Amino acid sequence: MSKPCLSKLRMAAILLALAAPTSLRAEATKVEPEEHPIQFEWSFAGVMGRYDLAQLKRGFKIFREVCSSCHSMQLVAFRSLGGAGGLGYSEEEVKTLAASYKIKDGPNDKGEYFERPGRPSDYFPSPFANEQAARTALNGGYPPDMSVLAKARGYHRGFPTFLLDALPGLSYQEAGVDYIASLLQGYRDAPSGMTIPDGQFYNVYMPGRRIGMVPPLADGAVTYDDGAPQTVSQYAKDVSAFLMWAAEPHLDQRKSIGRGVLVFLAVFAVLLYFVKREIWSNVDH
Amino acid sequence: MSGPSKYTPKSAFARWLEKRLPILSFMYDSFVAYPTPKNLNYLWTFGAILFFMLIAQIVTGVVLAMHYTAETTLAFDSVERIMRDVNWGMFLRYAHANGASLFFFAAYIHMFRGLYYGSYKSPREVLWILGVIIFLLMMATGFLGYVLPWGQMSFWAATVITNLFSAIPVVGNAIKTWLLGGYSVDNATLNRFYALHYLMPFVIFAVVAIHVWALHVTGQNNPTGVEVKSVERETVPFTPYATFKDAVGIGVILVLYAWLTFFAPNYLGHPDNYIPANPLSTPPHIVPEWYFLPFYAILRAIPNKLAGVVALFASVLILAALPWLDTSKVKSARYRPLFRVFFWVFVGVCVALGYLGAQPPEGAFLIAARLCSAWYFLHLLVILPLLGKFERTQPEPASIEASIAAQTAALKEVAHV
Repeated sequence: MSKPCLSKLRMAAILLALAAPTSLRAEATKVEPEEHPIQFEWSFAGVMGRYDLAQLKRGFKIFREVCSSCHSMQLVAFRSLGGAGGLGYSEEEVKTLAASYKIKDGPNDKGEYFERPGRPSDYFPSPFANEQAARTALNGGYPPDMSVLAKARGYHRGFPTFLLDALPGLSYQEAGVDYIASLLQGYRDAPSGMTIPDGQFYNVYMPGRRIGMVPPLADGAVTYDDGAPQTVSQYAKDVSAFLMWAAEPHLDQRKSIGRGVLVFLAVFAVLLYFVKREIWSNVDH
Repeated sequence: MSGPSKYTPKSAFARWLEKRLPILSFMYDSFVAYPTPKNLNYLWTFGAILFFMLIAQIVTGVVLAMHYTAETTLAFDSVERIMRDVNWGMFLRYAHANGASLFFFAAYIHMFRGLYYGSYKSPREVLWILGVIIFLLMMATGFLGYVLPWGQMSFWAATVITNLFSAIPVVGNAIKTWLLGGYSVDNATLNRFYALHYLMPFVIFAVVAIHVWALHVTGQNNPTGVEVKSVERETVPFTPYATFKDAVGIGVILVLYAWLTFFAPNYLGHPDNYIPANPLSTPPHIVPEWYFLPFYAILRAIPNKLAGVVALFASVLILAALPWLDTSKVKSARYRPLFRVFFWVFVGVCVALGYLGAQPPEGAFLIAARLCSAWYFLHLLVILPLLGKFERTQPEPASIEASIAAQTAALKEVAHV
């Protein structure tokens, strides 16, 4: 029943987008545009960048204690917390950590589904059984999965900044984490004249400036044991760094191999040039 | 440039094979002895760069295919599994995605080089048309590949592009349904797109072989646009001269390739494609990969859907008619002062269309896109034919040899001062 309806709806959307492009965004322009995210300092930015493991561990603590009550992270396995490209946990620590989660498994030889303690090979279990359960529990909202969230977010850099973002030295690849870290600190009192519906909040970095997520962080809400300041701004940065790791656990490896590859290829290209020059030295061209 | 082979088999096995399948002499004549004009500049290395990129795409692609699952509920996760768990998977995928970008980047330079030096003119019309066919196949392959990760942009790009076919009168909707394997983009679509994405590169490879064949019949054009008059004095053998010059070009491109793959792997992508495909949620802006943006801008610049689709296809197909649209007898822009100006304006318009394709089609952006689209067609359909008739060209050099001699003399003059 719903299928034909759906495709008609989609068709209408596309026809609108193709045939009458000017009308498409008329509605959106009514709301004040969101603010540009803050650009933070990230240890993993730039050519020499690598994750700060202490920061990732703090961010992981926030994920466990705060985010994971609503957000899933189903593409990340417990095993990836240890070993190369992990957060620096030992094999034992990963086992203990995994065992602290309950994982649905089955059917067993009696044909029943059951719960068992997690193993390192398991993936982070989701807080809700399905989308409908999440929407029912959360006032209609459906929190996005956090596995690749840091790569699934960004913001428009504008001309000519977006061109500079690709250049060595100026390279900027952290739009996603900057957006998330800003958003987490972007809650304000709504300006007078703007009505915020129940269950929504005013956030200056959210497109449309309205967000369904309850302000998740408060000063002192999560206890750090490494002496880092327990403030919202610190929490926001730490958890965003953790999300970047979750989205790309092998970033350190990528950059360190990349440096070697780049140096090799640059030298190789220069050598090729000199060979070519030698070969052509007796030809007028 | 063909003639009796210069190859003499040296070993007994080579002599034996040569009598049965003259593949060694063929390779020797094509890639060792093949005469290339002495005066080629580095823009002529892009053919080799493109061949290298094609092979790089096939190699990374075949390995990726061993780990990818073409099923709507598994595709997105299987790509993430490649990124996280497959040995070297992250590098393969980033190299493949950015390789496509570099492939198109190199193709655009290759094409603009052809435009600037009039490489499509007699006797190279067939060579040029084969190039346009390769470009079309590349576009199809790139689009099909973009759908496979099954993110939001994958899904909606597939929806928008296949929906273009429904603009065809009478049979449009039937064609669309046939392409999709259903009434909307779904599992059947993903499966066939995967099959075709795997097939296309080999079709490209075959057409590239014919493209190179045609090239080796007519010989390369050169910056003067004057044909080779003396093979002995004006050309050098492909190996080692062109081989090593091409290697330098490939070497430089490899540095760029590695930079993108290792340090800015998502720069050319869209964040929305890291959101799993959702048929119920349309992204606010559906944008294709950067290399399609100029054509996308043309599509959206035209208020009528059918006309927009026609303009989109015409903007690519019209390139095949260039050898006849450009009426000038002089090939190289070096001796065509007016054409040179129009050429750079045309390049500017194409780049501007690329920028506008990424912007929302409204207000000043839309007006600019319309003006640029109009200029695109005006340049190809009106300016080029008229220029050939009215432009006062400068004298071409008598030969490549004369041109090189004049340049060397000029260089010596500068050195004396």
